[in-house]
Amino acid sequence: MNIRNKKDFGAGIMYMVFGLFFALNALNYKMGTAAKMGPGYFPFWLGALLTALGFFVLLRSMSSKNTKEDIGGWNWKIVIWIAGSVVLYGLLLPTLGFMLSVFILVLVSASASHEFTWKSTVLNAIFLVTFTYLAFVQGLNLQFPLLPSFLE
Amino acid sequence: MELLNNLSLGFETAFTMQNLLYCFIGCLLGTLIGVLPGIGPIATIAMLLPATYALPPIAALIMLAGIYYGSQYGGSTTAILLNIPGETSSVVTAIDGYQMAKRGRGGLALFTAGMGSFFAGCVATLILAGFAAPLAEVAFKFGPAEYFSLMVLGLIGAVVLASASLIKAVGMILLGLLLGLIGTDVNSGVARYSFDIPQLTDGIGFVSVAMGVFGFAEIMLNLEKKGSGESFLNKVTTLIPAWSDIKRMVPSILRGTTIGSLLGILPGGGAALAAFGAYTVEKKASKHSDEFGKGAIEGVAGPEAANNAAAQTSFIPLLTLGIPPNAVMALMVGAMTIHNIQPGPQVMTSNPTLFWGLIASMWIGNIMLILLNLPLIGIWVKLLKIPYRMLYPAILVFCCIGVYTVNNSIFDIFITASFGIIGYMFFKFGCEPAPLLLGFVLGPMMEENFRRALLLSRGDFTTFVTRPLSLSLLIAAALLLIIVTLPAIKKSREEVFTEEL
Repeated sequence: MNIRNKKDFGAGIMYMVFGLFFALNALNYKMGTAAKMGPGYFPFWLGALLTALGFFVLLRSMSSKNTKEDIGGWNWKIVIWIAGSVVLYGLLLPTLGFMLSVFILVLVSASASHEFTWKSTVLNAIFLVTFTYLAFVQGLNLQFPLLPSFLE
Repeated sequence: MELLNNLSLGFETAFTMQNLLYCFIGCLLGTLIGVLPGIGPIATIAMLLPATYALPPIAALIMLAGIYYGSQYGGSTTAILLNIPGETSSVVTAIDGYQMAKRGRGGLALFTAGMGSFFAGCVATLILAGFAAPLAEVAFKFGPAEYFSLMVLGLIGAVVLASASLIKAVGMILLGLLLGLIGTDVNSGVARYSFDIPQLTDGIGFVSVAMGVFGFAEIMLNLEKKGSGESFLNKVTTLIPAWSDIKRMVPSILRGTTIGSLLGILPGGGAALAAFGAYTVEKKASKHSDEFGKGAIEGVAGPEAANNAAAQTSFIPLLTLGIPPNAVMALMVGAMTIHNIQPGPQVMTSNPTLFWGLIASMWIGNIMLILLNLPLIGIWVKLLKIPYRMLYPAILVFCCIGVYTVNNSIFDIFITASFGIIGYMFFKFGCEPAPLLLGFVLGPMMEENFRRALLLSRGDFTTFVTRPLSLSLLIAAALLLIIVTLPAIKKSREEVFTEEL
């Protein structure tokens, strides 16, 4: 067997994983009957359908009629860096407060770019902290922990 | 003359100082972000949604609608001047618009795009006003079985018209529907798929899904490409068209408006498809077909009119049936729900000022966009010089703030980050995220109607095919599926999508 379409192959596996996850977990909830459906009924059948569809996409990816397609490299460094900077922001917000967390978010995320320079990033961070403070906190009156918790 | 009464009610609402102001802010912000490359309309609306929380519902919706068609407008500016389509709907505008700009006719191309959009917007607003009432009448005759079948038709239609790979798009719908079911089941009170995490009992926020899959994933993909922010900019010259230009422009605008209005109403239609359809038609209909690809004015006028008309008529299924025809409208459903408005036929009767005010504001918004864009082009051009390395941290900041403010929840920030990673995977596997968002919004609604329909029929599944209205909706869905799998159509469809890329 030869995987001709790697994109389809990946998609098929992904659909099956999600489908099985939802269908199998639905078994923990009451199924009921068609006339009196329990909470498990609809997600179970949807999940089963998704699994079947995933299996079909998987088979199709190995068919000789399918077009050849490659995924192209995964750049996990960028993914982790961007997602990580967001998670970091979430972790820091309650203790460091809004202004410092935004500042750190800009610094960390900007360093994922291959065009990163310290000077422009710091300026950008200062601008964004000021701007978001004025727009969201002063202008729209949204509630945030502003300063680090040990200063308040 | 009920229509006139309704419209005057709408204009009364839209012409209050407050609503005019928010319409203006929406158009301005939409254009601003539409001009910036690398942020699509879905990410734009999701990002700016929190800015509307504090507003009254009508002002919030007016502003969001303004953001939507403003971003449409801004997208064509960059397409013409830089050959960078800000939105997918302006991909085709870039073909001839950029060529016009290279020949020193960039100002004229912008003027054409502006006039085309304005005319189409006016017509589409009238269509919206005229069609809304009769369609809502029909919707009141719908029972749960009909609603379920209608959603099936809507979802199938959305992927048939707008997706390159049909089967993978169906998979994305199913996944979206399932993700939408996470959280407490309203009928039994059971918390599904929450695994004892208290924040999950309320389900996943659609803002998290939209921002993660569209906003964050887009940033990751853009960074991966390693392009530099510098680009060649053409000088903007005269805006005033010659008589010969007007003669070529007008019929194209009329054709584009018709095509756009029709395709906008269809599920899955929306602006991108309309623009593409209009370009194909113009190429066939024009006497100057040899000029296409080299700066034909028809190639700008037709698609620009079409995408704006479609952007507006795609509100029809949302406002009358409560069913979003594309991912942007799915976001509008989310926005309405946040403001405690259940979209559907009852909005028109229970909340007429909101309904007609929104429609009237779209017309006003179109005028604002003309006034805003033509004189301000110089400023928009300057904006284009902001390099991406400065831009994307700003997008991240706005998204993070936006997600947090929905529920003041740190947990939502983490969920959004996870959806960023998932969205990156989707892209690598060639799975489009737009059907996922549609399914996500429709999931709970679909289950509810499915359950109710079968409860009423005592578990008899034939209820979906024995009720004539429901049956005809399902037949329409099946026909759509059969038509696209016919070999001849399949081939030309594939051509269309490869050309689009």
